[in-house]
Amino acid sequence: MLSFVAQRVLKGVIVLLAIVVLNFFLIRLAPGDPAIVMAGEAGASDQVFVKQLREKFGLDKPLPEQLFIYVKGVVTLDLGFSFRQQAPVAKLIGERLPATLLLTLTAFAISLTLGILFGTFAARFAGTFLDTAITVFALIFYAMPIFWVALMGILLFSVTMDWLPSFGYETVGANLTGLAHSVDVAKHLIMPAMTLGLFFMATYTRMTRASMLEVKRLDFVKTARAKGLSDAVIQRRHVLRNALLPVVTLAGVHSGTLIGGAVITETVFAWPGIGRLMYDALLQRDYNLLLGVFVICSAMVLTFNLITDLVYRLVDPRIEYAA
Amino acid sequence: MPKRVLLGLFLACGLSAPALAQEPKTGGVINAVIQPEPPGLMLAMVQNGPVQMVSGNIFEGLLRYSPKLEPLPELAESWSVSEDAKTYTFKLKKGVTWHDGKPFTAADVLFSIEMLKQTHARARTNLAQVDKIETPDEHTVVFTLKQPFGPFLGIFEVGSMPMVPKHLYDGTDWKTNPYNNAPIGTGPFMFKEWQKGSFIRLVKNPNYHEKGKPYLDEVYWQIIPDAAARSVAYETGKVDVLPGGSVENFDVPRLSKLKDTCVTGAGWEFFSPLAWLWLNNRHGPLADKRVRQAIMYAIDRDFAKDVIWNGLGKVATGPSASTIKYYTDDVKKYPYDPAKAKALLKEAGYKGEKIRLLPLAYGETWQRWGEAVKQNLQDVGMTIETIATDVAGGNQKISEWDYDIAFTYLYQYGDPALGVGRNYISSNIAKGQVFNNVEGYSNPEIDKLFAEGAVATPDSKRKEIYEKAQKILVEDVPVAWMLELQFPTIMRCKVKNLITTGIGVNDGFKDAWLDK
Repeated sequence: MLSFVAQRVLKGVIVLLAIVVLNFFLIRLAPGDPAIVMAGEAGASDQVFVKQLREKFGLDKPLPEQLFIYVKGVVTLDLGFSFRQQAPVAKLIGERLPATLLLTLTAFAISLTLGILFGTFAARFAGTFLDTAITVFALIFYAMPIFWVALMGILLFSVTMDWLPSFGYETVGANLTGLAHSVDVAKHLIMPAMTLGLFFMATYTRMTRASMLEVKRLDFVKTARAKGLSDAVIQRRHVLRNALLPVVTLAGVHSGTLIGGAVITETVFAWPGIGRLMYDALLQRDYNLLLGVFVICSAMVLTFNLITDLVYRLVDPRIEYAA
Repeated sequence: MPKRVLLGLFLACGLSAPALAQEPKTGGVINAVIQPEPPGLMLAMVQNGPVQMVSGNIFEGLLRYSPKLEPLPELAESWSVSEDAKTYTFKLKKGVTWHDGKPFTAADVLFSIEMLKQTHARARTNLAQVDKIETPDEHTVVFTLKQPFGPFLGIFEVGSMPMVPKHLYDGTDWKTNPYNNAPIGTGPFMFKEWQKGSFIRLVKNPNYHEKGKPYLDEVYWQIIPDAAARSVAYETGKVDVLPGGSVENFDVPRLSKLKDTCVTGAGWEFFSPLAWLWLNNRHGPLADKRVRQAIMYAIDRDFAKDVIWNGLGKVATGPSASTIKYYTDDVKKYPYDPAKAKALLKEAGYKGEKIRLLPLAYGETWQRWGEAVKQNLQDVGMTIETIATDVAGGNQKISEWDYDIAFTYLYQYGDPALGVGRNYISSNIAKGQVFNNVEGYSNPEIDKLFAEGAVATPDSKRKEIYEKAQKILVEDVPVAWMLELQFPTIMRCKVKNLITTGIGVNDGFKDAWLDK
């Protein structure tokens, strides 16, 4: 297993470098010049100022040289300097990463738990009213845009009922500590995590339901039944476990999409994560910061995928760690 | 009652400020919205709107300006001008200290100016006429100009010329100086904490040089990126102040009606934001003055004001906003007249050539305005193609002159020499830059008038020159002036004296207090 992990990590590093190079060129293909954005924000624009900014950003150097400097930095774990924010990129991302991890992992847990639970019930009671109700419920959250669910949540739970805070990570100025602080953060987390989680829950529900119905028809389930095992044991131990493989695959793929969804969720709920950092960096053409966020997101996706491969083995021992 | 009248009443209510007569109370915390999150707080290094809004509490300039743009003392307690209008002597206030306790002296002024010449494009332009600066003693600064420069006393507010602590910046790499993110100024509030993506916290400066001020204990700037979420934050009582431009304009009437809410349009006199359409004068149909005039007649600017901007603002008459010096409305008028527009287009031989329109990607209000203008122009027979971009993409297209019509709005900084001429003089035609003469208008007479106007004396001569320039420009229509914008500040009525100068919220909260 160790050699499998080592090989996957090595491959991951190569993929990461390829992503860095690709992204480096991709973001420069987008129209918009960081120096002009900054000059525009300053409400003034003269040749000297724009030239100074280009020199500061290193944009006056030839593109291959810029790429070389950047890749050299990444290899030595230096993600560069955001001249717009006047701070090292790693520091900026480090400040925001915990909030994004908290949000995405909570949303991930919500979506996976509820998705598998609802999917199992829907499959167990396939063709009944409960099945239809679960499917409709899941599809509603899948069909509605995340920002809309977010705004409606704010309207209902913050403005009308005043149950939950409408924005932020914590109550500003409350200076809470310990358990009180954790409760405060949890209250702020509920709406963004549910918004993001419910969207992805739908796919897990559908996937679990479909997969379980398929497995249910297989011979070994009939054998289990013939052996006289109880329905609950058959569902849990034989059907669900075998039906989970495609769900695990989907969860691995979703790890990247979750971060994409977090951009919108973080913006609407003013959640101070890297999704928003990425969005602001994109609008301002803050190349180094944008590339830095891409590197971190790519590393996260690769890590999630590695975890997915390891979970495969747990779910289905027949799968071997092929090199 | 029509919406705009109702809103007008709210504005009047806000402006009446009965609190002026009340004795200020000390203590309390204000939560205000800031958007987008400032990239840094070192005003000498970055000068965008949010930076100015937060840092205007931390840093100070030598002067402030009244709503009528008369200079007021801040770090300079007095000033005098020589008879030949070439020597300006500022006497600095004594006993002023930086937040770290070090004294503020003339050496700081001298250092700040040298730094700003390298980091602050507008300051560099403003200081172009300065021949030398002397500091005969610790509390005196003497500026000697190459020639008289009419708007010179108007360039010393905190956003245009913030004072920087020499002892913390001299000899360091300015761009990586750690104080950029934990700034030290002389202002009424001190930087305390910045939770990136969440809030910026400022606390009262107990050693502030104006005795008894500031009245508030703390100011929190809350960072909320979504406009709808900002409205909700105000509605649910989480924030007390929505500075101008924080919410979409169509939310302003609704929020204005909330209990204990006051609204004011004051505090933008220095900036006087003027919205217009860049018209690419270089090629195609827009190179013909008659087509540009037709555009002025074709656009229903009253509709834009009343419907899109909810009655806020004023229809512009020309290149100068009515709130800045030497404005005149004695210029050619362009009422909404589609028939006249059609006639002018016919006369110019316009045959339906495609015109590319770039709306401004500043949110929903601007998108709607783009649609309304497109419809107005189509109604008179023009073929309009809307090009959608984000701000960065739009700026690049404009700076490379790759557009036909493009929305913008710019500040005027109180004087035509500072904020008007830059958009019309031919020496400011330079590809690759925004907010200069990107329309490519070139008129030697206008060049001459703006060159003379900046240095002319006395004031009556300047007035004469700028009035003439306005008449010529309005006849030529190098750009299509739309509206003098108004960005109302929405706040709880218990917040008193928030806006006391022509720079508004950007001038800091030093006079503000809470009527608890």
